[in-house]
Amino acid sequence: MASGGDRVNIDPRASDAADGRPDHGDRSGGPARAGGRARPGAAGAPDRPGLSVDVSLSFGETRIAAAFEVQPGFPLAIIGPNGAGKSSLLSAIAGLVPLDSGEIAIGSRRVDGLPSEQRRVGMVFQDYVLFPHLNVRDNVAFAARMRGSRAAARAAAQPWLERYDLVALADRLPSELSGGQRQRAALARALAAEPDVLLLDEPMSALDVEVRAEMRAELATHVRDFGGATVLVTHSPADAARLADSVLVLEHGRVTQRGTLEAIRADPATPYVRRLLAASDD
Amino acid sequence: MARAAARSTGRLAWPVTAIAVVALAVLVLPLVALVVRAPWADLPELLASSAVLDALVLSFTTAIVATAICLVLGIPLAALIAHAEAWPTVPRRLLRAAVTVPLVLPPVVGGIALLMLLGRRGLIGHWLDETFGITIPFTTGAVVIAQVFVALPFLVFAVEGALRSSDRRTELAAATLGASRWQVFRHVTLPLVAPGVAAGGVLCFTRALGEFGATITFAGSLPGTTRTLPIASYLAMQTDPDEAVALALLLLAVSVLVLLTLRDRWLPGATA
Repeated sequence: MASGGDRVNIDPRASDAADGRPDHGDRSGGPARAGGRARPGAAGAPDRPGLSVDVSLSFGETRIAAAFEVQPGFPLAIIGPNGAGKSSLLSAIAGLVPLDSGEIAIGSRRVDGLPSEQRRVGMVFQDYVLFPHLNVRDNVAFAARMRGSRAAARAAAQPWLERYDLVALADRLPSELSGGQRQRAALARALAAEPDVLLLDEPMSALDVEVRAEMRAELATHVRDFGGATVLVTHSPADAARLADSVLVLEHGRVTQRGTLEAIRADPATPYVRRLLAASDD
Repeated sequence: MARAAARSTGRLAWPVTAIAVVALAVLVLPLVALVVRAPWADLPELLASSAVLDALVLSFTTAIVATAICLVLGIPLAALIAHAEAWPTVPRRLLRAAVTVPLVLPPVVGGIALLMLLGRRGLIGHWLDETFGITIPFTTGAVVIAQVFVALPFLVFAVEGALRSSDRRTELAAATLGASRWQVFRHVTLPLVAPGVAAGGVLCFTRALGEFGATITFAGSLPGTTRTLPIASYLAMQTDPDEAVALALLLLAVSVLVLLTLRDRWLPGATA
């Protein structure tokens, strides 16, 4: 459970200014990184790079501008109303929509000029977008298949299938899975590519309400095990509370507040944030 | 009577039903007549003649080769058209028109146009003739070219329809998993449109098999070389109507067979 403000790597100077930019200078060191390693569950993760984003892009009529950093092991939740540009921002990090300007860096590696396939950014899409013509095994093996033979890729997929409890489902097509199983398969597919950064777009929205709490807890475990820089987009404070260490509020393409959920709860900066936190969550 | 007819077809007014029946008769009666009047007793003998066998082999060979060429050329063109949705209006429409024109063009016009391009004095043809001594018209190759010209749009539009109805985000997902553009096409796009490719390929094959106008104009009617089944059937009508009917029956049988194979694949994506 995210609670300790001392572990959160949101620049304090940024949290009180809506258009504040985090300091890009101090990414290399630091308590957050050490903390990430010390964290239970993230112990197995090697030195993973952080993610640094300072971009502007257009989504229809909306111009989106945001700057933030995410340290490995400290997931960031981007929260905001529909149409705020959350998903577009995520897609831009993955290289799926172009930037108007700005920079995206993973560790010391600038990736904003790279095509999606060279960024090492894993993405779990809103309704998972598994390959409908491939069974679970070949979905999970996809990234390895792009680099080698089918047999080698299937062998490489096996530990991921085991880790995400997909062995019994390996020969099924995505259309034969439940929502929760699809989520697991999508997560395994993304992480089997061994990305530096994991992006989750509304990971709970395609699930039935009854299973959300359970799947949320499961996803939190997997995100912690991944241990790298993680960004999730959601409109649910419950997702943010369970899955992320800090929150960035995006409204109409602008960052209106950032900090821990507790800090935001204590002092909501906009009417939207106040309504969001007051509303009962699923 | 009228009321009963209206009731029996739901809420359809009886004149509509009556006209629909006439329309159906227009489509079906000629084929019924063909089957009824066919010289069934002599059929094996008629179809076993060397002229028929030559035409049969030539037709199937050329139609298969033409279909293969259409698949190789047509799938990338369909992908280009599907991608052109993001283009400005004018080039996008020009591209689509370029594929549509051969579809609505009388095949004879296509044959004449091919002669203008590849004929001995054609745009490219005279150069081929003078430089390499290659003459295309009135060869088996010309038959294939005529068939490709006429059948390609059918394949392109079938595949393009399948591309449109497939979820483009699977291609984005593949990119995030490290797939290059070519790998995305090979491992995601192509398998997803496979039903459309199959349907388009079968349509393409039937269109190539039935090709007459462009073929006779551009390739002529040389027995064993360019005289395909439809041309043989047409020519036989002047000399041996029984043989013509037998050939027509053969083409009908092939069409029905194709229809049966297409039954479940007619709608691309329905199997997904």
